[in-house]
Amino acid sequence: MRVFVPRDSAARSVRADEVAERIAACAQESGGGQAVEIVRTGSRGMLWLEPLVEVETAAGRIGYGPINPEDVDGLIAAGMLDGRGKSLGLVEELPWMKRQERLTFARVGVIDPLSAEDYEAHDGMSGLRTALTMTPAEVVEAVVDSGLRGRGGAGFPTGIKWRTVLGAEADLKFVCCNADEGDSGTFADRMLIEGDPFTLIEGMTIAAYAVGAAEGYVYLRSEYPDAVATLKDAIELARTNRWLGPDVLGSGFGFDLHVRVGAGAYICGEETSMLESLEGKRGMVRAKPPIPALQGLFGRPTIVNNVLSLATVPTILASGAKAYADYGTGRSRGTSVFQLGGNVARGGIVETAFGITLGELVNDLGGGTASGRPTKAVQVGGPLGAYLPVEQFGLPMDYEAFAEAGAMVGHGGIVVFDDTVDMASMARFAFEFCAAESCGKCTPCRVGAVRGVETIDRILTATAGTDRDKHLVVLEDLCELMTDGSLCAMGGLTPMPVRSAVRHFGEDFNA
Amino acid sequence: MTSGVVVDVRAGRVREIASGLGGLRGALIPILHAVQEEFGYVDQPDVAVIADVLNLSVAEVHGVVTFYKDFRRTAAGRTTVAICQAEACRAVGAVALGEHAKRTTGCEFGETSYDGRITLDEVFCFGNCALGPTVQVGGRLHGRVTPGRLDALLGEAR
Ligand SMILES: Cc1cc2nc3c(=O)[nH]c(=O)nc-3n(C[C@H](O)[C@H](O)[C@H](O)COP(=O)(O)O)c2cc1C
Ligand code: SF4
Ligand code: FES
Repeated sequence: MRVFVPRDSAARSVRADEVAERIAACAQESGGGQAVEIVRTGSRGMLWLEPLVEVETAAGRIGYGPINPEDVDGLIAAGMLDGRGKSLGLVEELPWMKRQERLTFARVGVIDPLSAEDYEAHDGMSGLRTALTMTPAEVVEAVVDSGLRGRGGAGFPTGIKWRTVLGAEADLKFVCCNADEGDSGTFADRMLIEGDPFTLIEGMTIAAYAVGAAEGYVYLRSEYPDAVATLKDAIELARTNRWLGPDVLGSGFGFDLHVRVGAGAYICGEETSMLESLEGKRGMVRAKPPIPALQGLFGRPTIVNNVLSLATVPTILASGAKAYADYGTGRSRGTSVFQLGGNVARGGIVETAFGITLGELVNDLGGGTASGRPTKAVQVGGPLGAYLPVEQFGLPMDYEAFAEAGAMVGHGGIVVFDDTVDMASMARFAFEFCAAESCGKCTPCRVGAVRGVETIDRILTATAGTDRDKHLVVLEDLCELMTDGSLCAMGGLTPMPVRSAVRHFGEDFNA
Repeated sequence: MTSGVVVDVRAGRVREIASGLGGLRGALIPILHAVQEEFGYVDQPDVAVIADVLNLSVAEVHGVVTFYKDFRRTAAGRTTVAICQAEACRAVGAVALGEHAKRTTGCEFGETSYDGRITLDEVFCFGNCALGPTVQVGGRLHGRVTPGRLDALLGEAR
């Protein structure tokens, strides 16, 4: 009999390891002839239910959660190991799961992330197998046709980027995966790597085949030690299985993959800064052009893609470009992996077609705030994303609709705040963060961020009326200067949270 | 003098680490991580040794060490306690938790307690944003940390 307990670091942060140990000990003690196999999986993404334990039964997997280690004995006495007692019912039937369309995250929380057998038994490697029967150019066109756009933030069409790299002549090309995931409120890259690392490996191998790259690098942030360990183990297993190496799946195509761990710099998520860091240098942003697709890592043509962009490629190849493009709305095709965090009752991962509204995500799936107080604001798209009031909850999750509203979808993180939040302090924090994390290459960002903190402090201490209005004008000028004059989106987008806070929550800027 | 011997032993070991990893593409950051993993921080003499092995200038290596927050220039306390101060954790009280930690330990972020027991740090996001406030103690992640729970964790940290 099999019992599933997540090994995801979020689940571990609320004592999943102790729960697993207690189940093992308890099963041994009771010794009722039942051999219990504990499988450590990724998380289903229903993080408010963690630790969520699942028990395999003839009807399917029955869930129990959240479980404290102290609850285990009682639950087992009540028949948990046979799927009896007070449970959540079948996990696949829970409304939160039923509402989702899991393509990229299909296996996360289901399989043992480091079992190659499990992976293949759940359709793993079928995308790569299909790709290897096609020409590289056909693979690139399939990705173009799928409509997949970069999930790292900018939303650039992935296939178009690959086309440029395929067309570039060079002795060596690279595939680099951006797993820096520095944005607060985002954790999907981490959960995918911890819960289904072979999918990323498969996606990167398809990318390499499509453009003729021989080497790949995953730039993974040091704040994610569990993800680093899991991915390194998965790469070793993939080599053993000949999913990587000089002769991938006996096709004659060769590709190998390496992990590089970041060192605590947010700016290294910006792609050119990441490349500098991969080369062993300070993470200073490069001026574009040249674009990385033509002159990237060590000056060679390089694909740089986010974890989710690459991890979505296997399902596109396996099920066809059209099947993927059939999901979504407008120019936002396919599914996206939204992440609900902050002060939210039911936080976690929601993979669903683009077009779902912000309000459906926050209220229907998220259940509103965790504190039970009214929602005041949500920040979408990380620290450089806009703060939106509940009046904007009708917005569909769609790159263009968000851009029109002066906001961005970004990496799909949604952070919820209740009515106790002071938006002036959040705007001040946006500048503080920029000042701390700026690479320092250009003045509007390096100096502007510091001026921004000072200006907000002046607004907050000014006497109401003219003084305050004068400082608000200075703030707006500063935002305009940073937006127009910064070399990259760190300085260029910091005004987005600031301006949105002023626009929608102006009353918080009264002293 | 013993300290001279200690320095030589360390320099020898740093050279060994740097030479062992020197063949990697972009080897400097992996080498700095490995040195810090073994010695707890990257000392100024280490910089010269690494520069020599990689055929880089001392200034270049120094520039990299100082650019990245992860690389420490001095030893940390016995346990490092890092409190997430990013937006999602702020939404559930991370600022107040940080202030509580500062009062309890007598440290600002980045400082080590007088008895060398604890180094207090701030981090911007551990990817645990649905279960905040998040705190990492000696490499272990903890979610939904209240001030009371933090006191218990600090007490356990020896
Ligand atoms: C300051 C800054 C931070 C960024 N951080 C990340 C990150 O953590 N992960 C990521 O995938 N992209 C990040 N990006 C976007 C990358 O520059 C790049 O657009 C992306 O990796 C391309 O991959 P995609 O097309 O698959 O999204 C960041 C950009 C900026 C300006
Ligand atoms: S905007 Fe900021 S982070 Fe970007 S290049 Fe300029 S100084 Fe560096
Ligand atoms: S914001 Fe604290 S863990 Fe992400």
